[in-house]
Amino acid sequence: MLYIKCPYCGLRAQKEFSYGGDATVKRPNINEEVSSEDWDNFVYMRKSPRGKHIELWQHIAGCRQWIKVQRDTATHEIFQTAKVTEEIR
Amino acid sequence: MQKYSVFSLIKNAFSNHQNWEVAWKDPTPKSEYDVVIIGGGGHGLATAYYLAKEHNIRNVAIIEKGWIGGGNVGRNTTIIRSNFMYDANARFNEFGMDLWRNLSQELNFNVMFSPRGIINLAHSDAQMNAYARRGNSMRLNGIDAKLLDRDEVKKLIPMADFSDEVRFPIFGGLMQPSAGTARHDAVAWGYARQADDMGVDIIQHCEVTGFDVVNGKIKGIRTSRGDIKAKKVGLCVAGSTNILAEKLNMTLPIETHVLQACVSEPVKPLLDGVVTFGAGHFYISQSDKGEMVMGGDLDGYNSYAQRGNLPTIQHVLTGGLALFPFLSRLKMLRTWGGIMDMSMDGSPIIDKTHIEGLYLNCGWCYGGFKSTPVSGWTFAHTIAKDQVHELNSELRLNRFSTGHLLDEKGLGTKTWIG
Repeated sequence: MLYIKCPYCGLRAQKEFSYGGDATVKRPNINEEVSSEDWDNFVYMRKSPRGKHIELWQHIAGCRQWIKVQRDTATHEIFQTAKVTEEIR
Repeated sequence: MQKYSVFSLIKNAFSNHQNWEVAWKDPTPKSEYDVVIIGGGGHGLATAYYLAKEHNIRNVAIIEKGWIGGGNVGRNTTIIRSNFMYDANARFNEFGMDLWRNLSQELNFNVMFSPRGIINLAHSDAQMNAYARRGNSMRLNGIDAKLLDRDEVKKLIPMADFSDEVRFPIFGGLMQPSAGTARHDAVAWGYARQADDMGVDIIQHCEVTGFDVVNGKIKGIRTSRGDIKAKKVGLCVAGSTNILAEKLNMTLPIETHVLQACVSEPVKPLLDGVVTFGAGHFYISQSDKGEMVMGGDLDGYNSYAQRGNLPTIQHVLTGGLALFPFLSRLKMLRTWGGIMDMSMDGSPIIDKTHIEGLYLNCGWCYGGFKSTPVSGWTFAHTIAKDQVHELNSELRLNRFSTGHLLDEKGLGTKTWIG
């Protein structure tokens, strides 16, 4: 069981959260001309690194906020969590 | 090569089985090969075998970081089926079924292919309709499909919960009688032994650390055991695809996730074929040793750990208990995990790449084992002829940008949901 520190609620069990995938993919700005390559990169292409990964989780059985989590995909160590509007570096 | 038969078994019994020849050698890597296959799993071994057998390309090396049969080919739940709705997937896997049927004879190695049938259970009228449609699609592609009503299912799996109180009653199911199981280790070992005999170098404990690409053309690979020149390189590394793609500056429509499976203690024979629960992600079969072999969901977040977390196993087995209450009386023998190359539409990729001489075989999601022979067969063709075969002509990398997706389950790109 992972334990994830929700920035709003504190340390909670993974079962309270649902996963939202890679947090670093950027949706193209739809007010501008968007190439199909940009759409591909946003919709389909993933780096899926072995090691540190910044990802989205939603505290679905808690405060229902989306949060960012920096986790190691090989060891599952969680380094940092943040509100979705904050940056993880 | 010493042929395996009842006579060789008797002959070797006289020397207490001490004089069997090794099934494959442990060669030192040469400095140059015509083709290097990265990944000594089922697909890599099958590719090398068909390169040698079908295309007479024998100056081939398989480079494996661990040991052959130690990855997903030894971690799957051994199910073989071709019950797909889309033509491309159905044709591809039905060709594979024909390869499976002759595999033990062809490899002179008993892979214990046992076509005992698979039943996908339906728990609503809508699901029955969907299965009728899928069954019809399968039959149009020459695959046997049988729509079962509740009573027919009850005859086949009377130990399932058919009581009135059940939350997801069984309405019926779709059966592919020709589907089944095989012994996964034997598939790896059988391909390895024959490939080795035809001159393929199987190089284990050798990690690929980089690639030599000059002017958009592959020249060779760098490994923990030295540089190896190669005219052509094929990637068959399943869950490690993204790690190698990064070394090539490629980004792929693949995410790596861990998928768990588990087996119970062995019990007397009670379940004949493979059964999948239609109201949750759970499937079950019984091994020849008597263990109940079970699996279900991904853990649900990107993972390179070849082991999983307990909440997923609990969740999967909750579905299992809803279907087969007798499971509550069994002890769990072991659980394990393998890392899956989850493609963004749920179907595999067997293709050339933008780098000349570099070929890609990945995206197998939950079901790489069943496609082992046909994957190797078509990948060998793609490498040998430098063009895709008709069978993998729709399993190309560019389908994501052209929109010709093979989203068999219609789940979209959230691979961790399905």
